[in-house]
Amino acid sequence: MKLETKHFGCIDIEEENIICFPEGLPGFEDTRKYVLLGKNDEESPFRWLQCVDRPDVAFAIIDPRLIKPDYVAHIESADIEILDIKEEDKALVYVILVVPEDITKMTANLKAPVIINPFNNMGKQVVLEKGDYGIKHYVFEELRKAGG
Amino acid sequence: MLALTRKKGQSIIIGDGIEITVVDIQGDQVRLGIKAPKNIAVHRKEIFIEIQEENRRAANVKANVLNDFFKNNR
Repeated sequence: MKLETKHFGCIDIEEENIICFPEGLPGFEDTRKYVLLGKNDEESPFRWLQCVDRPDVAFAIIDPRLIKPDYVAHIESADIEILDIKEEDKALVYVILVVPEDITKMTANLKAPVIINPFNNMGKQVVLEKGDYGIKHYVFEELRKAGG
Repeated sequence: MLALTRKKGQSIIIGDGIEITVVDIQGDQVRLGIKAPKNIAVHRKEIFIEIQEENRRAANVKANVLNDFFKNNR
């Protein structure tokens, strides 16, 4: 199907690649369908979580271990059940970036990672009860070290 | 808003399957135990609101700002 996106123009997406977020995302409760765009390669460490229901909504996301190598998302058993995760280490974990005009003030929300089960394409943004992770974690310096 | 008085150890039931128990009271802090079906998300309100607001800010991301940053830092 064709999708008019915010950052990539009109793109072709496969139905089978659509990830379902049954609860939407906090603040975007009415958006249930997303696709992952962008390769996780050397060109750029971030990817996009592009909303299918609302093409104007897209989130820049990144593997939190690029920011904190020891990052652990302890997923609550209720969320494991909702996402039907069989092997926790195979779930995809991303954190959402806030990118202001002054990019040195870029932050990542380590407190509320996006968890995706790649085997059934179910996703949820969870809130971590364990671990001392911030909603506004400044990442500019850490990413510059990791990417440069 | 419905206001109910409860003592430590007492509960309230909401609808079919949500139970909230007063587990402990220490000064001005109340510890609540919440039993709810798995599809009902339970969050501390102020944290949930913060995450909603953070997501709204995140959705305003300008792709070119991010792309330029990673190009320039390689």
